[in-house]
Amino acid sequence: MKKMTYAEAIRDGMRVEMQRDANVYIAGEDVGKFGGCFGVTAGLFDEFPGRVLDTPISETAIVGHAVGAAAAGLRPVVEIMFIDFMGVCMDELFNQAAKMRYMFGGKAKVPMVVRTPCGGGMTASAQHSQCIEAWFTHIPGIKTIMPSTPADAKGLMAAAIRDDNPVMYIEHKQLLAMSGEVPEGEYVIPLGKADIKRAGSDVTIVAWSWMLHKALAAADQLAKEGISAEVVDLRTLVPLDKECILQSVAKTNRLVVVNEAVRTSGFAGEIAAIVVEEGFDLLDAPIVRVTALDIPVPFNAKLEAVYLPNETKIIAAVKSLF
Amino acid sequence: MSDVTKEQLLDFYKTMLTIRKFEDKAAELFAAGRLPGFVHLYSGEEAVATGVCASLTNKDYITSTHRGHGHLIAKGGQVDKMMAELFAKVTGYCKGRGGSMHIADVDLGILGANGIVGAGQPIAVGAAFANQYLKNDAVSVCFFGDAASNRGTFHEALNLASVWKLPVIFVCENNRFGISMNQKDHMNIVDVSQRAISYGIPGITIDGNDVAAVYETAKDAISRARKGEGPSLIECKTWRHYGHFQGDAGLYKDAQEQEEWLKKDPILKLEDKLKVLKFAKDTELKEIQEQIQGQIDAAVAFAENSPEPSPEDVLADVYAP
Ligand SMILES: Cc1ncc(C[n+]2csc(CCOP(=O)(O)OP(=O)(O)O)c2C)c(N)n1
Ligand SMILES: [Mg+2]
Repeated sequence: MKKMTYAEAIRDGMRVEMQRDANVYIAGEDVGKFGGCFGVTAGLFDEFPGRVLDTPISETAIVGHAVGAAAAGLRPVVEIMFIDFMGVCMDELFNQAAKMRYMFGGKAKVPMVVRTPCGGGMTASAQHSQCIEAWFTHIPGIKTIMPSTPADAKGLMAAAIRDDNPVMYIEHKQLLAMSGEVPEGEYVIPLGKADIKRAGSDVTIVAWSWMLHKALAAADQLAKEGISAEVVDLRTLVPLDKECILQSVAKTNRLVVVNEAVRTSGFAGEIAAIVVEEGFDLLDAPIVRVTALDIPVPFNAKLEAVYLPNETKIIAAVKSLF
Repeated sequence: MSDVTKEQLLDFYKTMLTIRKFEDKAAELFAAGRLPGFVHLYSGEEAVATGVCASLTNKDYITSTHRGHGHLIAKGGQVDKMMAELFAKVTGYCKGRGGSMHIADVDLGILGANGIVGAGQPIAVGAAFANQYLKNDAVSVCFFGDAASNRGTFHEALNLASVWKLPVIFVCENNRFGISMNQKDHMNIVDVSQRAISYGIPGITIDGNDVAAVYETAKDAISRARKGEGPSLIECKTWRHYGHFQGDAGLYKDAQEQEEWLKKDPILKLEDKLKVLKFAKDTELKEIQEQIQGQIDAAVAFAENSPEPSPEDVLADVYAP
């Protein structure tokens, strides 16, 4: 084990895979000598000559070229500087990468990773703060990963690169500097396995990415007030570990889902629907979602705080179930 | 020598200096941790916005960029409301909801700074189409960077504008960098104006640090557009003095080149010209400088003393009623 930040862990995950497989390469804006806008690729340009490529500001070509390169045998890991810029290159992802294998009768393989940071709380305003993971989970053919800790970030990066499908690997800006223990060398966490980050018996809180930490903080506080919360970290949204969620709800009989995205058509709703369909009898109370408000992300810090979910809102949601 | 008058040159000087002092103040406030969000400063590029906007009225539209403060000031934006927006106050142009990267005032014909590189290009085309459709003689100007001309939106916007002969002027501020990416690594040509050839429209490269040259060139393109003669592309070679955003030291810039460009500062250039032409003495320039500094300081005081937006209004304005 080695202490590293979430950003370093992502880099370590990429590094190990690049050492293992000469067909893995990185491309994106300012990812080379500059080391990426958030420093995630720092040092890799020198470490892997010719395999870390700076691109022009051409998101369509960044993601589109990855589709072609992947179909032709490489394993691209491309960076889109902010997830908000995915709007610029959605066709390449959702009509091309996601559908190629199925449309081509199962013959094509598109092993590519799109790395991109999401999230708010930085007064970065409406076009640099969003959580739009549901865009991707709504497209069959794409896998979607949202790690919440340095160790998960590394292990899931390895799995993403080794996977033969297009993978959205969604980082969180608030987590990049967070440090934790990370296994050294090859370390792979299989996709589709949720992780119970805190065991409990009275209520299940499902969360992912930055919100996992808000859920843990809320659980700490709730414990002091005599409520034992189990916190489930989804880690991957597609494929989804339904079993883990249902087993936890079977134990606690109550469910709160926390999602930093806006409420309407968000992934929290998907989880609620699954639990209602497949675990209705397990529930002793309605399912509650804690989400952002249905508005563009406001610039002013106080407004943004009103917009975002937080510990207080999670605690209130949990208490409303008792 | 152009036929720009003394009054015009002095007006340009005031506008450019207002931009510079606004940006210097923003840099200082940001470094002191007093401004939230990201700020991208326009210092060094003032002659472009100033020279272009001098031939525009409030009926004409502009689209701006992430580096938008200069465009706003040149298009008539008030520094107090701008500063208030940077401070995220309710008295700001966007009621504190947008910030530096989204400052806009539709009444002044400003369709917004933009957080998405290249997004303004088709929007400017749309505003130009509205002008043509409504036969109102107005034009639109799209400001964008060298690196933004690598977006697909650039190609689609120029192509559409050319086939529809729209009254739009594409103004490329070529400061030679994307964030860290040198132009020679992000495109295979030296002059962005060459790209005009593909669309059969006039393309020209000029010294973007010479406000009179920018003014003359833009005036011609704007008047052609007003006469229904279609779009133009003007490339202004310039240089940003600061890093890409505040906090970026700009280490990828060549130190000697930075030094040389600082000597080509558009404001110093204009001061020299004003003195050589005997349009202004040092004492008069100094007076202008002090007056503008006073306005900027007042803008900061206004911003600081303004209230924050109320959380009760957080849901307002998502949809028009
Ligand atoms: C679609 C998109 N891609 C990337 C970015 C991140 N970004 C912001 S500014 C910038 C560089 C822009 O360079 P240029 O267009 O030359 O303008 P300059 O900053 O030099 O004024 C980049 C890559 C963005 N905001 N939007
Ligand atoms: Mg540039």
